[in-house]
Amino acid sequence: MKKSLIALATSASLFATGAIAGDIRFDGWPDLDSHLDTVIPLFEAKNADVKINYQMNDHGDHHKKLTTNMATGTGAGDVVAIDVGFVGSFINGGGFENLSGEKYGANDLKTEFVDYAWTQGKGLDGNQYGIPYDIGPGVMYYRTDVLGGVDGDIDQVITDWDSYIEYGKKLKEKGIFLIADAGDVAKTIVFTTVEPGNGTYFDKDGNSLVTSERFVTAFETAKRIRDAGLDGQIGSWTNEWYAGFKEGTVATQLSGAWLLGHLQNWMAPDTSGKWAVSNLPDGIFGSWGGGFLAIPTQAENKAEAWEFIKYLTASEEAQISALKTIGAFPVLKSTYADAAFDEPIEFLGGQKARLLFAEVANNISAVEPQKGDLIAEDVVMSGALTEVLNDGKDVMAALKDAERLLMRRVK
Amino acid sequence: MQTSSEEKLPRKLEKPGRASRIRALRKSLVPWFFISPFLILFLVFNAFPLGFSIFLSFQEWNPVAGLNSMKFVGFKNYLSAVDDPWLWKSIYNTVWLAFAANIPQHLIAIPIAYLLVASLKGTVRHLYTATMFVPFITSTVAVSLIFFTIYSANTGILNQWLLALSTMPFIGGLFSWVPDVMPIRWLGKSDLLKPAIAFVVVWKYTGFNIVIYSAGFLTISKDLYDAAKVDGCNAWQQFWYVALPMIRPFIFFAVTLSIIGSLQLFEEPYVLTSGNSGGVGQAGLTASYYLYLVGWEWLEMGQAAAISWILFLFIAVVTSVHFYFNGRKGLEGNQ
Repeated sequence: MKKSLIALATSASLFATGAIAGDIRFDGWPDLDSHLDTVIPLFEAKNADVKINYQMNDHGDHHKKLTTNMATGTGAGDVVAIDVGFVGSFINGGGFENLSGEKYGANDLKTEFVDYAWTQGKGLDGNQYGIPYDIGPGVMYYRTDVLGGVDGDIDQVITDWDSYIEYGKKLKEKGIFLIADAGDVAKTIVFTTVEPGNGTYFDKDGNSLVTSERFVTAFETAKRIRDAGLDGQIGSWTNEWYAGFKEGTVATQLSGAWLLGHLQNWMAPDTSGKWAVSNLPDGIFGSWGGGFLAIPTQAENKAEAWEFIKYLTASEEAQISALKTIGAFPVLKSTYADAAFDEPIEFLGGQKARLLFAEVANNISAVEPQKGDLIAEDVVMSGALTEVLNDGKDVMAALKDAERLLMRRVK
Repeated sequence: MQTSSEEKLPRKLEKPGRASRIRALRKSLVPWFFISPFLILFLVFNAFPLGFSIFLSFQEWNPVAGLNSMKFVGFKNYLSAVDDPWLWKSIYNTVWLAFAANIPQHLIAIPIAYLLVASLKGTVRHLYTATMFVPFITSTVAVSLIFFTIYSANTGILNQWLLALSTMPFIGGLFSWVPDVMPIRWLGKSDLLKPAIAFVVVWKYTGFNIVIYSAGFLTISKDLYDAAKVDGCNAWQQFWYVALPMIRPFIFFAVTLSIIGSLQLFEEPYVLTSGNSGGVGQAGLTASYYLYLVGWEWLEMGQAAAISWILFLFIAVVTSVHFYFNGRKGLEGNQ
């Protein structure tokens, strides 16, 4: 606690200066800076009186800094990026501008955006606080050489989870893992098959859904994969994870459109041409990640900030530029007709994958973020899930324990 | 005339009076001015946060909502902390790690320091001590990241060594069980995670204790050993009956540091569990790790402040127990 208060006090004094009138500052995390370097000159050319600079911190630090900025009411940028994982906790706190208000009129833009992403930027009061700038349509990445090695057919593999597991059993004979971590399957099911009108973990009235059918199915499916020894038990973003992609010892990965950029740029550039993407198994549509832009109420140049947000999110120029420079998938629907979407992607063996991403994006249904999401994710999706998979705890027992923990915190 | 002299008189008296009062005031203020850098830093960074966190522990506060959103909730944060299963789990883990990581540290450091002092001279000894001190001054995060890779189940060097040992000609038999249990998931099983963390702590802090104990053994006068030898003590008896009792104050000091340090353990478990809510079954969730989780991940600052005060009480109780039982003897030392 002492440490955090010191951090709070220092960051308050460090950032107290804020932006100078006419200037706006964008707070975010890399690779957004690469994107901004391209689009800021374009925006400034059209708006000569506005100067934009940015401040990048890594993903975790950015959100921590934003927390202290909100706590002390000072030091935040005029435009701040918020990851989808944090958006529910942040925008319902009251520290951000209501963009549905008369000053901004964000609601007029609603129809231009991918529906589910727009909904995620809404507060519990139904007003818009965050405008989505990119999305992560969920797909399955798979090694075509591995699939060919067992004479598999991708459409057959993704029919449902049973056929997916069957594929895994064939791979096991060859010493190849179906997936890096079975936990990803559970997460996919939990996050993508949310019943209409519900949040991920809670229903509209704040009751827990953690012991519902969806969680049980998700955990049991993951457990089947783990118990059959079909996954590598490899955590994401570790050296073993990258090695699996490079060496072809892992056959599939469920993830967002953005993984493509990472795979081809640094994780496994030498495997170009050996990959392809398909829909997720069992006919589900889901998203991995996504980012939002918001204006803190403490910002000084709100009008300019709003213009810049509109430029980044609602202009085809900026959205296509983000796709090309940092692989951020557009959230603006009109861009999907752009020629860039018809381009075959070399890394994926010439597949026109962006068309698939766009199709997925249009089919994802909205799940509204809720206040307890951050706690729930830690308690249920890291806590209970690893206990079930790694320690063999009973599914229902683990979910009930998690629910009890969750409800005593959230209520 | 009279009136003017009357006017003059008090004025004359008053003038030196005011000046001396100012001088006296200045005299008493000057020392404060000179220690003000410390005082200001202390007030801003120690006293204020301390007071603020007491205040905060009675509030419900989501920092994202701003300072105005604080809500007084009385003792609610304390009461809900008391029946918080993860808090107790984290305290249990902290105590477990304190024992598992500290006892080996001292059991290794004391004999090594003794041997270094007894058998090596000057530069060579300094070289050895310095080498063993290096882990202590290396960044904890860097150390933990390296161990994260060493523990890696499929590609980590630890598992590769164990496999290699099982195929060695003579000792292979001892490790014949290894191929059957491969890959060992050091960080992926709740029962292996804590020992894995404890080992990193032992590796990192043993060198520091060696330095303390070396200094301790150096303070012992050679005459004592000579007298012991005359009385017919062998090497073991010299260590056990002469050297060890003489370094009691050093043991007390090193153990106190270890207790405080291990109750605040954070970086090692945090990095080794990838910051993933304490690892499998929260086996690596220490008290300060949990504090961080509640405050910064879950944005419940009031609750986190209450937990930090509970943790403070806990540390205070543990160290005072340690002082009560070992303090007198420990501090008396050679006298």
